[in-house]
Amino acid sequence: MARARVYVTLKKSVFDPQGKTIHDALLSLGYSGVTDVRQGKFFEVELDGLPAEKARATVEEIARKVLSNPVIESFRVEVEG
Amino acid sequence: MKVGVVVFPGSNCDHDTYHALKHVCGQEAQFVWHKDSDLRGLDAVVLPGGFAYGDYLRTGAIARFSPVMRAVTEFAGQGGTVLGICNGFQILQEAGLLPGAMLRNRTVKFLSQPVHVRVERDDTAATAGISVGTVLTMPIAHGEGNFYVADDELERLEQAGQVVFRYTTKDGRLSDEANPNGSLHAIAGVCNRERNVVGLMPHPERASEPELGSADGRRILEALVASLVRA
Repeated sequence: MARARVYVTLKKSVFDPQGKTIHDALLSLGYSGVTDVRQGKFFEVELDGLPAEKARATVEEIARKVLSNPVIESFRVEVEG
Repeated sequence: MKVGVVVFPGSNCDHDTYHALKHVCGQEAQFVWHKDSDLRGLDAVVLPGGFAYGDYLRTGAIARFSPVMRAVTEFAGQGGTVLGICNGFQILQEAGLLPGAMLRNRTVKFLSQPVHVRVERDDTAATAGISVGTVLTMPIAHGEGNFYVADDELERLEQAGQVVFRYTTKDGRLSDEANPNGSLHAIAGVCNRERNVVGLMPHPERASEPELGSADGRRILEALVASLVRA
């Protein structure tokens, strides 16, 4: 069984209102060293019957087609064999 | 004129939209279930507001893969009239039928309030016959209505005249306070290049009778009907 992790984040050029709100909250709590917060999504995907290489291709396709919206987000895939 | 109102699990403006089309505008309206894949006999399709599939993953992200959306894509490709309201607009964006994507409102708050939008185009399926510059008052009710596209695509949309509605003041002026959610260029609604698919965040069906505080939305629904008569 292969296990994959998918990280979906807003593109750098895209404003993140939630990240900004969290950052503001951290500053008001006194964490003055925090310079930025960006919020994203994390997925764990388990696949059966696929070698690691195939699993990566499949998960990248899933991430591109479904888990992320290419207009605003980018993604990164990690696969464990 | 037969108009289909698509019902996804989580749609909640489907009955309001049906009511406005059928009882206010006097059109033949019928519900279309999200598992249906046959739109034959319909002259137009409306994707209503709500929270299809609970807005899981992203607004509209799961709904776009439902069987009815394959049929809607085909229908739109053949020049059929499609209107997406609020969540319906978000679904059309996810399906690639309309440009852009919605970010969380800049205030991070769900906004439920009347807004003023200025009509920017009178050559789309939802605004035919409404003079450019007309200001319409309708309610919004959304958490993700902050319209975004990359800069070059935004420029292309403006050049191609695909911006259909903009948030303005009551007298039609652009101002930062009049832009409730932080949308780029105060965009409240867009159309595709062919102008037969239109999406907007405000709810015309919730402003279709004087008893609701505004009947301005009725003009959009009537325009939709008129565009079908002409076609």
